[in-house]
Amino acid sequence: MENEAGALSRVAGLFSARGYNIESLTVAPTEDPSLSRMTVVTSGSEEIIEQITKQLNKLIDVVKLVNLSEDEHIEREMALIKVKAVGEAREEYKRLADIFNGRIIDVTEASYTIELTDSGDRIVEFIAAINADQIIEIVRSGVSGIARGEKSLHS
Amino acid sequence: MELTGAEILVRSLKEEGVKHLFGYPGGAVLHIYDALYQQEDVKHVLVRHEQAATHAADGYARSTGKAGVALVTSGPGATNAVTGIATAYMDSIPMVVITGQVFTNMIGNDAFQEVDSIGITRPCVKHNFLVKDVADLAETIKKAFYIATTGRPGPVVIDLPKDVTAAKAEFNYPKEISMRSYNPVVEGHIGQIKRAVTMMLSARRPIFYTGGGVVLGRGAAELTELAQQLNYPVTNTLMGLGAYPATDKQFLGMLGMHGTYEANMTMHHCDVLIAIGARFDDRVTGNIEKFCPHAKIIHVDIDPSSISKNVKVDVPIVGSVTNVLQEMIAMLKEGDKKPDEQAIGDWWKQITEWRGADCLKYDTESGKVKPQQVIEALYRETNGDAYVTSDVGQHQMWAAQYYKFDKPYRWINSGGLGTMGFGLPAAMGVQFAHPDATVACVTGEGSIQMCIQELSTCLQYSLPIKIVALNNRYLGMVRQWQEFFYDGRYAMSYMDALPDFVKLAESYGHVGMRIENPADVDGAMEEAMKLKDRLVFMDFVTDSEENVYPMIPAGAGLNEMILV
Repeated sequence: MENEAGALSRVAGLFSARGYNIESLTVAPTEDPSLSRMTVVTSGSEEIIEQITKQLNKLIDVVKLVNLSEDEHIEREMALIKVKAVGEAREEYKRLADIFNGRIIDVTEASYTIELTDSGDRIVEFIAAINADQIIEIVRSGVSGIARGEKSLHS
Repeated sequence: MELTGAEILVRSLKEEGVKHLFGYPGGAVLHIYDALYQQEDVKHVLVRHEQAATHAADGYARSTGKAGVALVTSGPGATNAVTGIATAYMDSIPMVVITGQVFTNMIGNDAFQEVDSIGITRPCVKHNFLVKDVADLAETIKKAFYIATTGRPGPVVIDLPKDVTAAKAEFNYPKEISMRSYNPVVEGHIGQIKRAVTMMLSARRPIFYTGGGVVLGRGAAELTELAQQLNYPVTNTLMGLGAYPATDKQFLGMLGMHGTYEANMTMHHCDVLIAIGARFDDRVTGNIEKFCPHAKIIHVDIDPSSISKNVKVDVPIVGSVTNVLQEMIAMLKEGDKKPDEQAIGDWWKQITEWRGADCLKYDTESGKVKPQQVIEALYRETNGDAYVTSDVGQHQMWAAQYYKFDKPYRWINSGGLGTMGFGLPAAMGVQFAHPDATVACVTGEGSIQMCIQELSTCLQYSLPIKIVALNNRYLGMVRQWQEFFYDGRYAMSYMDALPDFVKLAESYGHVGMRIENPADVDGAMEEAMKLKDRLVFMDFVTDSEENVYPMIPAGAGLNEMILV
């Protein structure tokens, strides 16, 4: 979409005004600084998704819209997970982070902060593997997506 | 030569062919008013409330097909304009609204008369722009008109900070504009149009259901040609009236909640529904579960998001109504297949039977002025050729039912948003666009008071509008629903303490008439129409308990109408 002030709020406003879900939304400029790229994760019946697609396309600032889930694609999300880490738990979280290809990026006497980049589902699995009462806080970036192979938004 | 932002704005409007600008001054737009003062190409019309500026621009647009233009100041000027902007948005009316804004460096500081106009109007505009650099102004105006008038039309807001109107830049108005993110489809898909034509020809019980898109897309002539070529029945939505000649024998009247029995029955029993420039509004479909149960549906619309939004269709065609209709006409002429004459003949027999219900008949013996009678008198006195604006409520439905519009652009009403107060200022806009035409505003004693102050504007500009007020001393549509669905508990629907409208009109320098006897209706209407250069306020004291029939109650299907 056009990298214009207010473009993000047009999208967010559309979703709230028409009662659609936004599960996550990420946006940042692209290789062309006049354009930004937004990945929106949403859910709904086939009819709802069709309406969302049409309504988004109607926004003047939207240059191109692709439903990535219709085709093979890659999605990635980054999560920072801060857990209580004392005693035996320290070793356990280290192992768990390794299994999920995560990294411990901040360490104190009583806590770890683990960075994990993967699909949204894998992040949910990781979080499920930790006792809820051991979690201090979690921040998730939301999903960014891209088509597999040579296809792109430009093609 | 360098011009100020204010001068660039005015020059750009001139380049766009804008003759009239409806507005109201204020601090943030003073530079613009100064620039307007020093030229004569763009005539500024001073309204008495910003809501009226937007409705007047809207009426101008609806009666000409060109973009209407309004100018208001920042803060309350902008918020007052919002009702008019939302009204235009719901009915897809091309309009450009310029809102003043506080100095760029004050934005966000809660400055005097500051509101976030872009944020407030975002959900009810086709697009909006905040211009922060005077160098972008001319191109932004070009884009605004382009967006407002192409594709599915709609209002566009330009928010203009005061310092930008004072800053200077070279003035070059772009001849053309292209936007990578906005390229509305015009031509329909030929394969789909072929499928549609085949389906139309195979129909045994067809109907054309056509809406405001045919008016906006200038497709009335093509629709008429196509429908007559096929001899298929036609019904119009409230917004589509005039797109097909109402006096033609193939016309079934309006459909929907207060549509005719024959239109709704024909819809319900049809086997092929040809929807053109219509959006399957809930006031049209009734209970969606019961809508046209036997029909294959063809839907032509310029806006893909209107297709299969409420009702799943079988043959969707995205494109301009005119283009698609022309293709259909050409295909029918080239092909050798004709509609099944026997089946269509039987269909017309059935329709004639439904017509026999005479669903628009009303009691003419009551001794009271009947609202239907007033509209019929208006129709006769104006030879069916007036521009008729209306407000919202019972009078709106009676005007739609009893005034037979043969031409597009003649019926001007707030269909989607249902904005009371629309009628009088819209009539002003129409009268400016058509100075010699008869412009009537059908209203009620409730609606007219929502923008009554515009009687002053009408005096200032000598606008000879004919106000036809159906005064039943009730908010009639509210009263009707309370009678039907709330056991007659008339909560707040009674208009107590009404002004003397005759004296009120006179105090604004106009002519006032009160008509209380049914025998006087025709004479009063004739007399009013003879006063060619005066605004006449006709206060018809009508039967206070008359209801709008037929009616489809909420939750019912189109075949479950309440007749009188």
